[in-house]
Formats: sequence, C-alpha cells, structure tokens
Amino acid sequence: MKYKGKFGEYGGFYVPEVLMPALEELEEAFYKYYQDKEFVTQLNKLLGDYAGRPTPLYYAARFSERLGLKVFLKREDLLHGGAHKVNNTLGQGLLAKFMGKTKLIAETGAGQHGLATAMIGALFGFDTKIFMGTTDIERQSVNVHKMKLCGAEVIPVEGGTGTLKDAINDALRYWTANVTDTFYLFGSACGPHPYPTVVRHFQSCIGKETRRQCLEKIGSLPDMVVACVGGGSNAIGIFSGFLGDKDVRLIGVEAGGEGIKTGKHAASLVAGRIGVLHGSKAYLLQDEQGQVLETESVSAGLDYPAVGPEHCLLKDTGRAEYVEADDDDVLDAFELLSKSEGILPALESAHALAYLCSVKESLSPDITAVVNLSGRGDKDVGIVEKYRPVMTK
Amino acid sequence: MRSYKEVFSELKGAALIPFFVIGDPDFDTSVTTVKRAIDSGADILELGIPFSDPIADGPTIQKADIRAQQAGINMQRALAFIRQIKQYRDIPIGLLMYYNLVYQYGPEKFFREFHEAGVNSVLVADLNIDDADEIFAPARQAGLDTVFMVTPNTSQERMKQIASKTTGFIYAVSLLGVTGSREELSDTVNGLVKKMKALANVPVCVGFGISKPEHAAVLAQGGADGVIIGSKIVSIIEENLDSHEKIYSNIRVFVKEVKAAIAK
Repeated sequence: MKYKGKFGEYGGFYVPEVLMPALEELEEAFYKYYQDKEFVTQLNKLLGDYAGRPTPLYYAARFSERLGLKVFLKREDLLHGGAHKVNNTLGQGLLAKFMGKTKLIAETGAGQHGLATAMIGALFGFDTKIFMGTTDIERQSVNVHKMKLCGAEVIPVEGGTGTLKDAINDALRYWTANVTDTFYLFGSACGPHPYPTVVRHFQSCIGKETRRQCLEKIGSLPDMVVACVGGGSNAIGIFSGFLGDKDVRLIGVEAGGEGIKTGKHAASLVAGRIGVLHGSKAYLLQDEQGQVLETESVSAGLDYPAVGPEHCLLKDTGRAEYVEADDDDVLDAFELLSKSEGILPALESAHALAYLCSVKESLSPDITAVVNLSGRGDKDVGIVEKYRPVMTK
Repeated sequence: MRSYKEVFSELKGAALIPFFVIGDPDFDTSVTTVKRAIDSGADILELGIPFSDPIADGPTIQKADIRAQQAGINMQRALAFIRQIKQYRDIPIGLLMYYNLVYQYGPEKFFREFHEAGVNSVLVADLNIDDADEIFAPARQAGLDTVFMVTPNTSQERMKQIASKTTGFIYAVSLLGVTGSREELSDTVNGLVKKMKALANVPVCVGFGISKPEHAAVLAQGGADGVIIGSKIVSIIEENLDSHEKIYSNIRVFVKEVKAAIAK
C-alpha cells in the first residue's frame, strides 16, 4: 500500500492477507484516475445526464415555519435511484471500467446502495451480485425487485440479524474467493483503506455543490449542516464541503432506535468504543470482550454497528458533533416533512430532520440549517404504515 | 513448554494440526474432543476463540463460533481451556482468531496471559503484515512465535516480508477463499509451498479446504511440513451433536486416518 489510510488513529486496512492485492490494486487505480482528465470528464457527464446533478438546494418554507428556523434541504433524494448512493456507484463503477473489471459485488442495507450498484451494473454491462440480509430483503422488498429488474443477482444473507453487517461479512467472504476478477463496490465511507477515502471523494460533490448554492441563494454560509450517519457516506460527502468553515456547525445524527438506554440502537459514535470491524478501526458497538453487538433501527440503512473512520476523528477533534434520534421522533419527522412539504424523506434522512425538530426551541429563528436529504422515502412507505397505521389512513 | 521447533525437528513425516473452536459445542465436550485428537496423533493444535464476525471463515466454522459463544466461551474460559489441555499433554498450541478480541483485551495483557497458559503463537486472521506492528512487539516480548499467512495471490515481494516476520511456521492458505471443506485439493498449492519454502527458514504448513486423508498425503508428499484441518474436524462435531460419544470416536478415527496418510 502507498498510504496507511489512517484518520488519526482510525481506519487502516485490517484484512486477511488474501485481500491485500485487491486493495493495493484499487488504491493504485484510484490515485491514477481520480484526477485524470478523461476519467473526470466521463464521470461529470454521467453525474449530470444520468444521475441528475446538480441537485437543488431547496428552501423548505412551510417546514421551516413549523420549526421556527430556516431549513434548506439538499435534494439528493431527487437523484436517479432515489438517493445519494449513485454518486459513489458511478465513481467506483467508472473506476472498475477503467480497470478493466467486468464483475461487481456490493453489500446493501436499505437497498439504496444495492440499487445504485445494480443500475450502473446495467449501464456498464457488468455482471452484478448484491449481498443483502434476509431481514432487510423483507423490509425493503421494493428495492429488491428494482435491483433484479436492473439485472443484478440478489444474494440473501442469513447470518446474524440479517442486516447490513451480515451482508458485508458475506460480501467480504465472496470477494476472498473471487478476488482476482471481481470489483467490490463498497457503499459507505467505512471498511478497509482505500474505501473511506474513495467513497468520501465520490460523495464530496454534495458538499461542494451545497456550499456554492448556499453562497448563491442565502448569500452566506449556513449556521449548521445536518446529516444522518450510518456508515457515514452522505454525511462525509456534505461535511467535506464545510470542514474549513469553522463557524459552520456540522452535526451527524445516528440511529437511536428504541433509545440508547434500551441498548436497541445503532449509534456507534454516541455509545460505542474503539474497535476493529470490517477492516477498519472505528467506534464500534460491542460487548466488554469485543463481540460485536446486534443493532436495531427503523431504518435499514443506518442499522450498522460501526462507522466511517473520518467521522471518528471529527468527533474526537470536536469539528463535528454526533447525536442520535430515536425511532419515534424519526417517524414524527417523516410525517411532518410529508405533510408540510409534500416530500417523503427516506427514514435514514428523517433522522437529520428529527434532530432539528428536537432542538428547535433552543435555536433562534434566524438560524439557517442545511439538511442533507440523502434519499427519498418511497421505499419506506410500508414500514411507516406498519409502525404508524394512522399516518397513511 | 514444547516448542514448534522441537516438534518439527523430531517428526519424520508432516505434522498433523487439527483445528477446533474452543468450547464447541460446550466446554467439557470440547476438552474431551481435543484430548481424543491428541491421543490419536495430533502434533500441534490450532484453537480458535469464537468471534461474532469471522470474515475469513465459511459456514461450518461460523456455526461452531455461534455454538461456542452460546456455551459461554469468553477469554477467561479460553484461558482455562488451554490450561486444562496443557495439563493433559505438553503439545504446542497456536491460536487463530480475530483482531478485535485481542485489541479489546489489550495486546500486551493478551499475549502475556495466553503465553503463560501455554500458547505458542497467535495468528490473527484479519491482520496482515502491514498492520501487524500492533501485535508484533508485544507478542515477541511475551515469548510467542508470530505466525502469518501466505495465499496463492501473495506477491513475491510480500512473501519475502512475511518470511522475515514469521517465526514458528508459515501458514500457507491452499486456495483463494474462506475456510471450508472442499472435495478437491487446489492444484496450485504444491507450487505455493515450494515457492514459500525457498524463501523461508521456518516450516510451511498448509490449511484451508483440506478434508480427506488423501489431500493430506498429497500435501505431505509435495513438501508441506504440516497439514492443518479445520472445517472437516468441526463438521464431525456438528454432525454428531446428539451424541458426544460419537464425536469422540469419529474424531479419533479421522485423525488416525490422516496421521497414517502423512506418516513416513
């Protein structure tokens, strides 16, 4: 490896020897192409014409009125596929194409990354396999059908609780056996180096655009930028545009599940301690001995016991703040945005909205907040109906 | 305490190295099973401490990890297990495990206590040589050998680095993939062993995918210094969970068959 892939003490590449050649190859290819003129031209064209960038920065007037502050939504939910995930899959997919790979694998939780991978698998003519936990397959069945329609094979993973962590375990195992010809298109800003750096780079378009749009529309930078954090890709994407702007508060919102005290949550930055999982050192939900704990969240996309290494460093340095939102508050926020704006947020993104709702009283009315609306909520309608039957009746 | 060096220098054929998950399916049955394997000709033991997310393991060992965890195996029980085995026989023991367990225990304390209990080496499945600095010094300081893996896709350059950091023996992975019994032996494995033996001045043992005495015989004839059998051994436990006596007798029969196949 050329680089250590460390963010402070976090990150690294804690993987079996067998995976090292593939990670070295990926690192080399990434640094060879990411600023290459031909690569950048092709990627920007795809981000525009295929994915739909730039996405709007929308002033949510009625939602703002309800909260008593100014809320702008970065509309990543309007991207093709319904979430920010396509930024990364186009980037890594094009990288795979430049590397001459023809086979893709990916893990998915909510199915958004799986779908975004299946889409570009079809676009580039790759042979695509998506690993997905059985619990998630059941609760995100619409996305499963979409992936299959795009020609991907969806491989059910039964281990553990059948969620994102288990899907990553099996994708890594499959990769171990097929490492010579298969590109692992990792979906979040975690996992072994170089993935946290690669994913951050391909998601950084969110932050760059948002910062420019703030200056154009508001005439100044926002007071705060809020994003949900599972592995942390949409959050690092938008935060990356504001890291140098010390007056802009960066707030990451993790899945509080049924509440931190119940132990049924997925808030690794809020309630975890440093450990090693899936090739990376990071805050991790684990028992005293180091066995990784099972997580719970109403949103499949945040249901993960670890988190990207850069977020761990941002927490330690205090540059970003990390909080959690409980399932109940998330469902309230989902309802509020739907009713006030006619925008159904993904349950993941609704965590960021829920945080704002919870602190609205302590914020002055001239505060400007940007929320990364990382995905749309169509996929979650069934879940919301189950938890809140009254909402859809 | 008996060293790897003593075992390899005294042996005429290849070393037989069965792998068990400590406490599978429960502490006492596991102790007896391992003792039967020792009685039947095991030269070295590879023991795993169960982990929640064993990414280098196939379904057979994943299930064994779950059984052992459900049986309450933790670090303290693992130490007690190793002490009991060492009391029965002074046989070299290598641990095969995942990094988070070592990290949470504290590497220095971990290596010191497990060395005192009778462990000769620790192979951390998810630490390759580039990240191994975190365990290298404390392991050596505690008097442990440092065993690393080479795989069929390891470059010549990395093989040299691995050879220079390894003491005890080199763990050559026979195939690209996770642990698990395979019907056929990989056809590239003998080439890997030959290449590695030319670079290393420690013995080279082969693991992953080996499920039959014939596989072991081919490896021994091809120059492997030891044969590590994991998933096949664990599957004998899994298939006989209803009768511990059958576990003991089937393990005994299998270990003896392999031993006969690799003896010179």
